[in-house]
Amino acid sequence: MTEILIKNGFVFDPVQGINGDKKDIAIKDGVIVESVSSAAKVIDASGMTVMAGGVDIHSHVAGAKVNVGRNFRPEDKLQAVYEPARGVRHMAGGNSVPTVFKTAYKYADMGYTTVMEAAMPPLYARHTHEEMRDTPIIDQAALPLFGNNWFILEYLKNGEMDNATAYISWLLRSTKGYGIKCVNPGGTEAWAWGLNCMTINDPVPYFEITPKEIVAGLIAANEALHLPHSLHLHGNNLGNPGNYQTTLDTLKIAEGFKPNNTFGRDQVLHHTHIQFHSYGGTTWADFESKGAEVMDYINKNPQLTCDIGFVTLDETTTMTGDGPFEYHLTALNHLKWANTDVEVECGSGIVPYVYSKDIYVCGVQWSIGLEMALLAKDHMRCYLTTDHPNAGPFTRYPRVMKWLMSEKARDEVFASMKSEDKVRDRSTLGGIDRELTLYEIAMMTRAGTAKALGFGGKLGGLVPGMQADVAVYPYNPETESDPEQIEWAFSNAKYLIKSGEVIINDSEIVSNGNKQTYWVDVKTKASTQVEHDLSEMFRKYYTVSERNYEVEEKSFMKNPNVIAIDATL
Amino acid sequence: MTKLVTDIICPFCGTLCDDIEVEVSDDGKQILKVMNACAIGAEKFLHAQSPDRIVRPRMKQEDGSWKEVTYDEAAQYTAKILCDAKKPLMYGWSSTSCEAQATGHMIAELVGGIVDNTATVCHGPSLIAVHDVGIPSCTLGEVKNRADRVIFWGCNPAHAHPRHMSRYSIFSRGFFTTKGSKSRKVIVVDPRPTDTASVADYHVQVEQGRDYELLDAMRVALQEGPLPETVAGVPKEKIYELARLLKSGRFVTIFFGMGVTHSLGKNHNIDIAIALTSDLNKYTKAAIIPMRGHYNVTGSGQVLGWQFGFPFCVDLSRGFARYNPGESSANDLLMRGEVDASFVIGSDPGSHFPFKSVKKIHDLPSVCIDPHMTPTVAVSKCHVPVALVGIEIGGSCYRMDNVPIESRKVVDPPAGMLTDGEFLELVLAEVKRIKGVAA
Repeated sequence: MTEILIKNGFVFDPVQGINGDKKDIAIKDGVIVESVSSAAKVIDASGMTVMAGGVDIHSHVAGAKVNVGRNFRPEDKLQAVYEPARGVRHMAGGNSVPTVFKTAYKYADMGYTTVMEAAMPPLYARHTHEEMRDTPIIDQAALPLFGNNWFILEYLKNGEMDNATAYISWLLRSTKGYGIKCVNPGGTEAWAWGLNCMTINDPVPYFEITPKEIVAGLIAANEALHLPHSLHLHGNNLGNPGNYQTTLDTLKIAEGFKPNNTFGRDQVLHHTHIQFHSYGGTTWADFESKGAEVMDYINKNPQLTCDIGFVTLDETTTMTGDGPFEYHLTALNHLKWANTDVEVECGSGIVPYVYSKDIYVCGVQWSIGLEMALLAKDHMRCYLTTDHPNAGPFTRYPRVMKWLMSEKARDEVFASMKSEDKVRDRSTLGGIDRELTLYEIAMMTRAGTAKALGFGGKLGGLVPGMQADVAVYPYNPETESDPEQIEWAFSNAKYLIKSGEVIINDSEIVSNGNKQTYWVDVKTKASTQVEHDLSEMFRKYYTVSERNYEVEEKSFMKNPNVIAIDATL
Repeated sequence: MTKLVTDIICPFCGTLCDDIEVEVSDDGKQILKVMNACAIGAEKFLHAQSPDRIVRPRMKQEDGSWKEVTYDEAAQYTAKILCDAKKPLMYGWSSTSCEAQATGHMIAELVGGIVDNTATVCHGPSLIAVHDVGIPSCTLGEVKNRADRVIFWGCNPAHAHPRHMSRYSIFSRGFFTTKGSKSRKVIVVDPRPTDTASVADYHVQVEQGRDYELLDAMRVALQEGPLPETVAGVPKEKIYELARLLKSGRFVTIFFGMGVTHSLGKNHNIDIAIALTSDLNKYTKAAIIPMRGHYNVTGSGQVLGWQFGFPFCVDLSRGFARYNPGESSANDLLMRGEVDASFVIGSDPGSHFPFKSVKKIHDLPSVCIDPHMTPTVAVSKCHVPVALVGIEIGGSCYRMDNVPIESRKVVDPPAGMLTDGEFLELVLAEVKRIKGVAA
């Protein structure tokens, strides 16, 4: 295997505490090493920024609802140039819901090498895996949905934790999933009857369990299973004025739980796209930020992590397992609405959305995300996402970096808004002069996310022994002063190396790499009750048979990478 | 001793039943008996055993007779006509696996082909309506477990999707529908007194071609708005009654088929049917599901979607994907004489396209990849018989509600016969050789 030496770059690696020092990075046999021989290929990174490959903790890039988004929005293909095939690249199109090829190329251009698909409906797991298999370059994994699953609702209601963990283990194995995702606990099951759960104490129709009990039960199950990632939660009442109270109630459920894993993960709850959950006011008229309150709670509670879900002020396509929310959204903007309720398990919805900077609510949403990230005290626990494509396409990450790193860039956006004064008045962003450093950005985009996902010893850093995922950006942190340069440089990696293979050479994608798909195989005590329930549920209430449910590794996954855990010990 | 193979997926219609049981001979080579399948599905399995199956590719001679060729020769011919053409039509895809579709699309990308599937003469108008107004839908299990109001509009599952009613929509007993058909009110809207209508609680005999008016009137009736005495031949009292019946349900599902997608109004009929479904969600829960025909036409739309972003009519001839049904759809291209080669796989346009289109296929350099002898084969220059997906080779398929199911191999194909995936790989390699692209 080839050796590579990346010389003279400004290295940012929070894992080792390296903050912009000039340093060489050596790669051999797919991993970072101390040194290489003189035969190594040398990449001159003088005057450039070197970081580990980016790790996205939450992005909707593959699966049933993503593809509905693609197919029901031909107009989305007109929002960006449809790129022709060239070299190793396939034709690549789409903007807020790009094709699998474009997804991979754009992530690579941004120096990202690992992406977590944020929501996999178990019955559609095969579809998610087919798309991930066809997505070149980037390593991926997917989080199956549990928060509205009938088995889980029943077991947790009855306090049968052993059955819950045995079932979760079975489902992760059957769907080749990575961890426990929970979207609008109980609310999506209620949505099957056109209802919702708006607080953590609203009982789920028929099942008579509350969202609070579901979240607590799933955290407990997650830790009992020693999973690499914590519970990954999208709480109740997303996107509504005044929902911050629900969010604080939700976050408090995690108090008292301790992480139990061997992957270096410290949190017990990851709350995703927290921006959408930090709203004050009672209606859209008195809508305001409560980002400071929510972030203050997160700052004080080390058992929590969050990603932001920055609103990027673009036209985009919202898609979520939160079915009732999308119905609410289509009633608000009157754009087309797709919905899929999934038997026994979950549901989802999709609605296009235009975040216009001339609409003050959108402006406030934009400021809440930035405000929260700038008020965060520990960026190893607060991550950069746009909940792609919900708050904006992932291709805007470099623009978000620009806003985080430059008050001037933020002021320019404020100044371009029709209701600037009103927007400034509704959050504390205007009064914050903090500008994040590249070191903090590296925490938000790789070191922190890798740790929270349980990839801590393997990804997100440049420590010898780690997987050789390295991005080199044409950005000189010593001399550069123009914020626009941040956006450009982090959208156009000069070099990208993944698992020791050169993917981008001199700004051109030269290889489709050797993508891996992670999944978690956790061993639990056998439960005859669960076996019985599975058999009965498939016989009576599913429309596929138990034998036809499991996703076969060999047909549907490229380079499966199994993380085996024994939870019986 | 015979062996019983269970949990088999039926590769016939979009219902994609996955509970078929097949009795095979001890050596695993012969299908003896097919259980649980409908008459059509059983016939498809049994036909794989037919002694008169064509097992080698054939080229048509000057005098109209067939000459047997090797798979390599057939692949070379196919690659050559695709590479020589400026705008080859690559049509069908609905009766094959997603894996084969994906390989075929890579060929299309290299040769600048136009990829269109059978939705173009089937649920294409539904896909266009979804672009306009979206689609609130659900999986078939939700219908089974919850639906207490079921409408079949312009479709006749008793004949087209024979096990749909028993597995999912009328007779099945689900979690909240423990009494099966007694838990449901079933409405059939059809100008014809069909066999499906005979098992329904209500048969609404709409005037032919007046579906849009009736759907519109239903939307008005939901709000108890004023209606004329009759709409589309249906008295207004009946329409109000139906609207109240739907509103009083806890979970409404509308299934629709060719009766609305390809009658007067086309995609506009579906637009308003979807709008009616959305409206119903103000009062109760409602979903709408197209009755997709071929067992994997849905999969074709899915694979095209994740690779190129559009569900059918994908024109790659300019070096990037374009989509414009009416311009980039198979019949329009054939009739206007805009394509210069025809490649058909997993479908039979010879039976279903207008004569003018079929004549164009006959006049063009053409290849047809199909296990059977079909009218399309009869007008093609080259016929490549392949193994039957779902019987002789497995592969991914998508049910009408987009649920993916992996079909299974039951028996071996006849000796020496390739699968369509394998044949397409041969063509892809040859195309790469001609185009000078690294393998």
